Amino acid sequence: MADTQTFQLKIRRYDPESGAPAYWADYDVDLPPERSVLDGILQVKDREDASIAIRCSCRAAICGSCGVRINGRSALACNTRIGDAAATGRDGFITVEPMGNMPVIKDLVSDMEAVHWKKVRRVVPWLVPAEAPPEGQEYIVPAEAMLDVTQAMACIHCGVCVSACLSMEVDPEFIGPAALAKAYRFVGDPRDGEEEARLRDLAEDPHGIYDCTHCFACVEVCPKDVAPMNQIMRLRRRATSDYGIKDENNGYGHEKAFVTLIEKYGTLHEAQLLPRSFGDGSLVKGQLKPSGAKQLTRELPTAFRGLKSGKVTPRKALLHEKLPDQKQVRKIFHAIESHDERIELNLYIVGEMGDEEMGAMAEEAGET
Amino acid sequence: MKLAYWPGCVSRGFTPELHGSMAKVAPLLDLELVELDRANCCGAGVIAEHNQELADALNARTFAMAQQVQGAAGMMNICSTCQGAQSECQQRLDASSEYRGEVNTHLQPEGLSYEAGGEWWNKNFLWILAEEIGFDALRERVKRPLEGLRIAPFYGCYIVRPSKRLGLDEHPERDQYLGLLIEALGGEAVEYAGARKCCGFPLITMNRTTSLRQAGRHLADAIDAGADCLVTPCPLCHLNLDMQQPAAQKFVERDLGIPVLHLPQMVGLALGLEPKELGMGKHVVPTDDVQRKVAELAAA
Repeated sequence: MADTQTFQLKIRRYDPESGAPAYWADYDVDLPPERSVLDGILQVKDREDASIAIRCSCRAAICGSCGVRINGRSALACNTRIGDAAATGRDGFITVEPMGNMPVIKDLVSDMEAVHWKKVRRVVPWLVPAEAPPEGQEYIVPAEAMLDVTQAMACIHCGVCVSACLSMEVDPEFIGPAALAKAYRFVGDPRDGEEEARLRDLAEDPHGIYDCTHCFACVEVCPKDVAPMNQIMRLRRRATSDYGIKDENNGYGHEKAFVTLIEKYGTLHEAQLLPRSFGDGSLVKGQLKPSGAKQLTRELPTAFRGLKSGKVTPRKALLHEKLPDQKQVRKIFHAIESHDERIELNLYIVGEMGDEEMGAMAEEAGET
Repeated sequence: MKLAYWPGCVSRGFTPELHGSMAKVAPLLDLELVELDRANCCGAGVIAEHNQELADALNARTFAMAQQVQGAAGMMNICSTCQGAQSECQQRLDASSEYRGEVNTHLQPEGLSYEAGGEWWNKNFLWILAEEIGFDALRERVKRPLEGLRIAPFYGCYIVRPSKRLGLDEHPERDQYLGLLIEALGGEAVEYAGARKCCGFPLITMNRTTSLRQAGRHLADAIDAGADCLVTPCPLCHLNLDMQQPAAQKFVERDLGIPVLHLPQMVGLALGLEPKELGMGKHVVPTDDVQRKVAELAAA
């Protein structure tokens, strides 16, 4: 075991009952560097100030209670080594704050009910069976059919992704990464009978699947590798490709427009992206449909500014050259899109390490 | 250094000043760029959202073309989004030889095949500057240190997250490079909340309010931190931060008006190129103040 070192914690304190504003308080702790930030906080409570409020239970990244922000990064305190935290801290301090995007109850305790649980309930977080179970039996699902939702099922509802979400930071109404990953857990479940209704609901909600800004913040911080953003992309894929849900948020239109343009030209014809997005992928519909025309009009000042600055030329706006071998690109589109089933390599299931590396490791292990 | 060069769609579309400034800067850094002008769009995450295998095949095609460039050390891109979208596909292609084999069958008619393993890489210009050229070597090439210029870095999500996929385990400073670069060029790196946050671009067609609130907030934070300008390695961020900036003002209820430089523009200024050569007149938010400061530096 490594030697004990002294670490400096800077903890955000706040007690609404005191009437005083939040403040930072500094504490020294003595721990080996491989111990956790939570161990550090508990040592402070034990030795210096028992009034510090933090939720915790298992200390092993299972219960999901101790979500906080450490040096600004959302994480479980029990899952973060204090030595690693010190390395990323500033001026020798490890800062510990309550999670973001949620109100604070006291010190490091966030109001999960006000945000996280409310949003989870929003997505109907239970199975709505397609039919009654067979007489006297349970539903039996082949294991392979559940592989797709395993990743979403790994969620421990710690709220760390909600804390880090950059869409929610500016739009508190966004349903958010944890709840949407939960939604996919049921959308992808072969026993659920409400797949289309769920997708339609989440596609049409202006704060649903098309309010995710694709920033990977949730993927980065999730302590269980749930990759909530990837689950949101799976929801979008099912909504557009499987059910062709043409939502009012242009989610369908944007995807359709983008894919159509690359299939047609090979590179992005930017001038057509917006009008097509506003018309479910169609250039004509985007300009004729009242909501499309209205949205295009709203973008006119930006277009004029682009023209005026010389970024956009009328020629560029109207003409876009195809790639020299665009026929080949189209063949790739055709070959892949005509499969009956989508081929999706899920690294959560197969492992991120390449099979060659795995093979080499197995060989090495066999030799020794 | 010879490099297979993937400029991306937007640098040849709505941000021509990015493509142009990169062309001006490359020879000053002894970079020989072989442009992959037959390669296709990276998909920007949208094609992967639509069909993962399709995105993987399209990028495998680009990688295979880059691998055919004789004598190239690797492939360079000039867009954070290309970097992220391509790294995502590369990670899947590298993980399974069986899957890679299936994807490569689609490239056969063109005589292309993506070969994984070995030392082949795809790096953004920012990473090339830090890892292949090196900040010390770069410092020696600086003709006009950007003294007194306060520059706020803006990375773009795709080049910093997820950190594991983007090689931060091996290169832990990849999310610090912009600040280090600004200082190597003699400028002052401004700290503010938004440096690694989202510009909002992916939402501009789907939720304009969320999108422009994000752009506006980061621009306002940079202004409040005393920045003269921002710099970004991502042309999509540039579209939301510069082209949409006048529209974003309404969403944060304040005046903005801070110029946003492309990465090669900032490097070019320090290497002695003139703002006009770097296309700095082609911005929506005028770069006049930055140009004036640079002119004063030249006079000093």
